[in-house]
Amino acid sequence: MDLFEYQARDLFAKHGVPVLAGEVIDTPEAAREATERLGGKSVVKAQVKVGGRGKAGGVKLAATPDEAVARATDILGMDIKGHTVHKVMIAETAPEIAEEYYVSYLLDRTNRTFLAMASVAGGMDIEEVAATTPEKLAKIPVDSNEGVTKEKAQEIVAAAQFPAEVADKVADVLVTLWETFVAEDALLVEVNPLAKVASGDVIALDGKVSLDANAEFRQPEHEALEDKAAANPLEAAAKAKGLNYVKLDGEVGIIGNGAGLVMSTLDVVAYAGEAHGNVKPANFLDIGGGASAEVMANGLEIILGDPDVKSVFVNVFGGITACDEVANGIVQALELLKSKGEDVNKPLVVRLDGNNAELGRKILSDANHPLVQRVDTMDGAADKAAELAAAK
Amino acid sequence: MAIFLNKDSKVIVQGMTGATGMKHTKLMLGDGTNIVGGVNPRKAGTNVDIDGTEIPVFGTVAEAMEKTGANVSVLFVPPAFSKAAVVEAIDAEIPLAVVITEGIAVHDSAAFWAYAKAKGNKTRIIGPNCPGLITPGQSNAGIIPGDITKPGRIGLVSKSGTLTYQMMYELRDIGFSSAVGIGGDPVIGTTHIDALEAFEADPDTDLIVMIGEIGGDAEERAADFIKANVTKPVVGYVAGFTAPEGKTMGHAGAIVSGSSGTAQAKKEALEAAGVKVGKTPTETAKLARELLAG
Repeated sequence: MDLFEYQARDLFAKHGVPVLAGEVIDTPEAAREATERLGGKSVVKAQVKVGGRGKAGGVKLAATPDEAVARATDILGMDIKGHTVHKVMIAETAPEIAEEYYVSYLLDRTNRTFLAMASVAGGMDIEEVAATTPEKLAKIPVDSNEGVTKEKAQEIVAAAQFPAEVADKVADVLVTLWETFVAEDALLVEVNPLAKVASGDVIALDGKVSLDANAEFRQPEHEALEDKAAANPLEAAAKAKGLNYVKLDGEVGIIGNGAGLVMSTLDVVAYAGEAHGNVKPANFLDIGGGASAEVMANGLEIILGDPDVKSVFVNVFGGITACDEVANGIVQALELLKSKGEDVNKPLVVRLDGNNAELGRKILSDANHPLVQRVDTMDGAADKAAELAAAK
Repeated sequence: MAIFLNKDSKVIVQGMTGATGMKHTKLMLGDGTNIVGGVNPRKAGTNVDIDGTEIPVFGTVAEAMEKTGANVSVLFVPPAFSKAAVVEAIDAEIPLAVVITEGIAVHDSAAFWAYAKAKGNKTRIIGPNCPGLITPGQSNAGIIPGDITKPGRIGLVSKSGTLTYQMMYELRDIGFSSAVGIGGDPVIGTTHIDALEAFEADPDTDLIVMIGEIGGDAEERAADFIKANVTKPVVGYVAGFTAPEGKTMGHAGAIVSGSSGTAQAKKEALEAAGVKVGKTPTETAKLARELLAG
């Protein structure tokens, strides 16, 4: 889960990373009081989860509370690279900035370790720094169990060649930023720019944080950081039912068991769609192992509720799960939805293979549901589902 | 022969007394696995009866190893307790720990991997978030259904559980030496490369099927490894061509970030290394069949 800047700022402040004062608002009028609280001037910053907002006009200085209201009026509702601005942060104006640096921690998947990255060339897109002047970006592995002590922080500072007069202060930031990274179960914490101001202090002026969804069990406060307003309503409904669902932009609804098989199903449907008016998968939905009638009904309900869906492909390989249970699940799910008054009218193509496939197929044949068609190979079923979607 | 697991493997189950642990211990026994014990400090000293087989429960992995000679542990421990359980297995220096658990926090898996490394990698870790591994006809350490296929001469390594099953099913008449599910998390113990290296050295394996998916660069690195070190024919499949950028596809590690981790890049890297890559699982199985037929 990627956070907004103001959320990152709050987490930095909580763990002792130096930040400027600021608060988030969602109406222009609120900018006045917020700016008054900051002594009469502020920076109005669009809160969007995309880079380059400064260039897009999403960050403006306000010299008076009235000006803050005007700037907030301009920025709220603005579209920045496809992201609508619903919130702005009213931030303390930065003291005179002398230099801009970059520091971050992230997971290095390739080496299965954490990585510290630091550069004295901050303030710009760090991927560009990495591409054009890689010698200016220090990358230091961090052992998960040893962490970043003051000594380790000094090693990072030395590798990135920070000027001597800020070395100690940057090292302190690196220690507190590591504490943020670990305590919040983050996958990324990034400060850009980390500014050296006229007084000689270093302050985190902007930051990015991405949190690990697998750590929710020990991070109860993270749920409140979710941007529920921005979530696709179908994705939100699926999440509420504990389903692993991602909305895509095609016409063939997909249900399968196992993340890899479902991903593969999307691909096979897209290939098949090339011969049928280029129809594409409408979603990713992994119902996992088990696939009880209830889970199947929940999944079908979400997918049938998607107006983009023209046909549905249920692709199940029975591993431990037996296909007869899955077949019963499908039949019961359709009855359950009908009894709830749902309008079930989209064709379903079902492919069952593996454990007890023969039994499962017989159950579907016997049920003889008018909307359900059985195709016994994955490629054949994908083709049929694409054909049905194209015909609608 | 096979890789990592054979009929002589003595298997213990950490988390055996839980519902999932019990269910799969029973299935593993049914596949002929030599299960010599379970580990649960609160039930140490008791026996668990699984369909007439009495399995002793030990307090620690070290104790189980000392009393039974166990050399493989399969972990069905909930995410919150997985790190401690894996660290315990590493401390006991058990040669193989198979972590089935899904949903382990990355900071935990990074920590136990760093710990294993600091201890000299005496414990091979498979997973987390994986179906485990099977050597058909000999032993099953995990949740791969044992009755899909028979012993044979294909080696399989896969990030995905159900795609592993699908591929074993497609090639069930030929059979497998071993099939290893390495898991779809961002940090995993055993990689494609580790399994490729083992299959290359295994006299019972004639052909290797490698299944990858979006996210990270493990497939690209495996391609480099194949080019330099693998003489046996390799057939590949990559899932996730239609996955959009920035959306996690079920597995915590299955995410395309910017230009990296795409299925297309993985396919191209594998093909450049001489690997035949199928468009669908069925086509991949067909390629394997053709190569084996010569």
